[in-house]
Amino acid sequence: MSHPRLTNAYLEPLDGVLMSDEIKPGLKSPFRRKLLQGMVALPAISLLPRGAFADVPATSAVNTTGLAVTDTEVTVGILHSVTGTMAISETGSVEAEKLAIEQINAEGGVLGRKIKFVQEDGASDWPTFAEKAKKLLVNDKCAAVMGCWTSASRKAVLPVFEQYNGMLYYPTFYEGLEQSKNVIYTGQEATQQIIAGLDWVNKTKGAKTFYLLGSDYIWPRTSNKIARKHIENHLQGCKVAGEEYFPLGSTQFNSVINKIKLTKPDVIYAIIVGGSNVAFYKQLKAAGIDLSKQTLLTISVTEDEIDGIGGENIAGAYACMKYFQSLDNPNNKTFVPAFKKMWGEKTVIGDVTQAAYLGPWLWKLTAEKAQSFDIDKIAAASPGVEFKGAPEGYVRIHENHHLWSKTRVGRAKADGQYELIYETADLVEPDPFPKGYQ
Amino acid sequence: MFGDYSLGDLGAIFAMQGFAGLILFSVYLLMALGLAIIFGQMGVINMAHGEFMILGAYVTWMTSNAFQHFVPPLFPGYFFVAMTLAFIASGSLGMLVEWALIRHLYRRPLDTLLATWGLSLILQQAYRSVFGAREVGVELPDWMMGSWQATDAIQIPINGMFVMGLTILITIAVFYILFLSRWGKQVRAVVQNRVMAGAVGINTEKIDRYTFGLGCGIAGIAGSAFTMIGSTGPTAGQLYIVDTFLVVVFGGAASLFGTIASAFTISQTQSTLEFFLSGSMAKVITLLAIVVILMMRPQGLFALKVRK
Amino acid sequence: MITNSRFFNRSELVGLISLVLLLVVILPLTLDIFRLNLVAKYLTYAFVAIGLVLCWGYGGILSLGQGVFFGLGGYAMAMFLKLEASSAANTKIQSTPGIPDFMDWNQLTQLPFFWKPFHSLPFTFLAIVLAPAFFSFIIGAAMFKRRVGGVYFAIITQAIAAILTILIVGQQGYTGGINGITDLRTLLDWDIRTDHAKYVLYFVEVAFLFGAVVVAQFIRLTKLGRILVAMREQEDRVRFSGYSVANFKIFAFCAAAVFAAIGGAMFTLNVGFMSPSFVGIVPSIEMVIYTAVGGRLSIFGAVYGTLLVNFAKTSLSETFPQLWLFGLGALFIAVVLAFPSGLAGIWADNIQPRIDRLFASRGEKSGNGLIADGAPAE
Repeated sequence: MSHPRLTNAYLEPLDGVLMSDEIKPGLKSPFRRKLLQGMVALPAISLLPRGAFADVPATSAVNTTGLAVTDTEVTVGILHSVTGTMAISETGSVEAEKLAIEQINAEGGVLGRKIKFVQEDGASDWPTFAEKAKKLLVNDKCAAVMGCWTSASRKAVLPVFEQYNGMLYYPTFYEGLEQSKNVIYTGQEATQQIIAGLDWVNKTKGAKTFYLLGSDYIWPRTSNKIARKHIENHLQGCKVAGEEYFPLGSTQFNSVINKIKLTKPDVIYAIIVGGSNVAFYKQLKAAGIDLSKQTLLTISVTEDEIDGIGGENIAGAYACMKYFQSLDNPNNKTFVPAFKKMWGEKTVIGDVTQAAYLGPWLWKLTAEKAQSFDIDKIAAASPGVEFKGAPEGYVRIHENHHLWSKTRVGRAKADGQYELIYETADLVEPDPFPKGYQ
Repeated sequence: MFGDYSLGDLGAIFAMQGFAGLILFSVYLLMALGLAIIFGQMGVINMAHGEFMILGAYVTWMTSNAFQHFVPPLFPGYFFVAMTLAFIASGSLGMLVEWALIRHLYRRPLDTLLATWGLSLILQQAYRSVFGAREVGVELPDWMMGSWQATDAIQIPINGMFVMGLTILITIAVFYILFLSRWGKQVRAVVQNRVMAGAVGINTEKIDRYTFGLGCGIAGIAGSAFTMIGSTGPTAGQLYIVDTFLVVVFGGAASLFGTIASAFTISQTQSTLEFFLSGSMAKVITLLAIVVILMMRPQGLFALKVRK
Repeated sequence: MITNSRFFNRSELVGLISLVLLLVVILPLTLDIFRLNLVAKYLTYAFVAIGLVLCWGYGGILSLGQGVFFGLGGYAMAMFLKLEASSAANTKIQSTPGIPDFMDWNQLTQLPFFWKPFHSLPFTFLAIVLAPAFFSFIIGAAMFKRRVGGVYFAIITQAIAAILTILIVGQQGYTGGINGITDLRTLLDWDIRTDHAKYVLYFVEVAFLFGAVVVAQFIRLTKLGRILVAMREQEDRVRFSGYSVANFKIFAFCAAAVFAAIGGAMFTLNVGFMSPSFVGIVPSIEMVIYTAVGGRLSIFGAVYGTLLVNFAKTSLSETFPQLWLFGLGALFIAVVLAFPSGLAGIWADNIQPRIDRLFASRGEKSGNGLIADGAPAE
């Protein structure tokens, strides 16, 4: 896969903002498409500035702000928790980022420089994240940092990235209400993930009553708030039957399950995270709620979580996000085997893992578009950058530094995979500050 | 909130809610029994209690995998083997820890807290290195899943009943061991007066080791049982530790009856509150009530008069 | 009242001078501002550790809820800074300008009443000291009057830490939830994020720290400190001698709480945010560990212990991210099993005698002072 992409990469700076929406990703083989682009590019090569192709651009030209860039190497940071409670979730992101970096290096790196990464452990502790972020920016002078997972860790590092002018690629789907020059959000913000799913369940399942559940912190609360506004104001005749929150790590759900039995909602809308998930779905099943009859829609359970829950306990539930490991498109068919080859046959790939994989690639494409590693130029060049090799199909960076992406609904199967049920026809616009939902 | 429902519906819900409370009671009691022995009887503040439980959970996971791999026909019964193995694994680790660590600290109870906290960090990282940072899913045999249809409207989770049965069995066993067996008499003798017990020929070191091992072994069984209702990951043990200690302390540390009574009170309070309020607030109110009551009655619900 | 003729005896003077040298001269000269800011962060925990020396080392009261007071102080400071950062001009994109951003996200349309006084800096300073003092007084009075002690006290304080964490996380409209209060910018229009400000804050903090050391030393050397020690050793005899044991314990606990709160406030200033992850059980226990590593009877030991453990944590986690928990866990066990009096004990047993030999001709009794002063008076 390396040659076509190489050509593609060198083509990109010429094009500036590449093509727009009319490219239907996943319809053609990316290999063939890139080959075609490569051939188109051939006559153009003679027009390229020498530095961009024959040898690599000079360090002084691509790095005017003292980042850790040499003639052969560029340093990026990886900042996730590998210890503590969040290690469960963040491991996949670390793996995806390392895979992307290795693949980029195998293709010749970024602007002719191999990527070297410095990995730091956030230890599931927010000030540690801030401390390590500062280290990566101040001491290691990282040109970009792929990292963070929870909102709290992102909130903790955000002032650091803004103060020391760093670039963060943040992979998790999150609650929105944020936008920064120094962050690219490669996961979906709440409205992208929520609204399409609710519309779908309302239309195809005729759902009228919703029971909202969540772990007690900002993402589930904000997401449920958006869900409630959408249900009450935009869906005809629909209402919220109940809304409940549980402390993080809570493992007892029998009481709320009884309440659900009493209110008999059409849809259980669950945003439960971490270990609580396991308890919730096991107890739901044990209480005799059959997910093949009772509709349950979640936005927090990826294939990673199903590993812990057990496929047989959640089979039949619907999840609404932008990526499933089972997606049938050519990009994903090369991505999944590559991931498994690097990290083992048994590993699964969830939505966030895929979004984390996008980070290094988007950064590479942006750097090549900007012809520079300078943070300001990267930030300015980001809007419009598109990644056609994304396992989810195709993504493009919006002016607000979030991604245009499709929203999909999948149904969990007993083997721990999702079966794609529905996807939006067009890319969904990211809207981190949604009017009428606040 | 009940206006719209028929009497039959309400009756069914209250019945199921009652069972939910009983299941929570069993869970709390099972968590607390091991600690009631270690903390209540021996005075050791074992902060690694949750990690001993998780060891039991991991043993269960490995047993389930082994059965699926090698003897699939016997899979339905694997859970009993797993619980036995969990007891042995956690118990042996407990005895090892007692030998290496705890026995040096009997006269410094607060220091056991620090040392076992260190131990819990080491165990967590060990689980992470061996089993990976991700949670593992323990597959249950079919007969343990689903629910029992008592009437049309009342469904009782089978795994909940299993935990209840298991809790009753273990409680009876613990009572038998501590209060009726010869060994139990020796344990209580050592607890009440170590020097005198030694003087009349009881091997106090051995008693200490086995008592600690027994407590940890019960934690292992609890961990094994909790794979049915909770998650199994390197740090899952920390979720249980505060609740467990509160149950034991609230009951009156040295009294096993107290532990049972307090597990019952706390679980019923929490389960009822959860039904009427949100989960978070129910938890806060329950904890607050416990703390306030403990401030008024520091010796807990049932205090034994023990001469120190 | 003061049994020693001098406020600091010779070995303590050595400890004090070397600490001054280390914190005021050596570290600022050798470390860049990034590392120095880390030291500032570590030192905020040292306030807690000093408090724990008083209440645990001397009073025998082990509190596993110091994070509560650290959090109270930190949140009080953070509320002031957040209000300053949320001026109507800064927050004009919100639906309700002039209130903190997280309140706006949670549909609050006006500032809750208990936030309003935090517009005033003097009130904030008062709150930092008085809120934890008041809170710890209530807890202490309720428990010590009923003679709750030892292990029970430890577990109840732990439960209080758990309750407060769940409350803060759950009431996110008022507290910022699990994200905490972030994005703090200025203190009375003085930008606290610049390198210059970090230097200033570091030295302010060090000054406060020495203030805390002196106060702790004073408490320790007065009759009060002696009674605390006597109580720890033989509580009943002190009671029979006519002292109100409970009052002394309450005092020690309150003092420790106030120290912790000052540390929390310094934390907010130096790190730039406050979150519930410092309030819970895990940080509270870690703070106890710092004290234990330093030597639970040594005020200077507490500072050194805090620095050492945190340095180890940072450097181990930078070099071996997967392994540092092993090291940390082993450190705790080693301290308890092999060095129950911590760094101060190692100093007193191995290094102090050599220094004494150098001064041998002075004829003073060898003061293995860091430790022995904690024992009942000679």
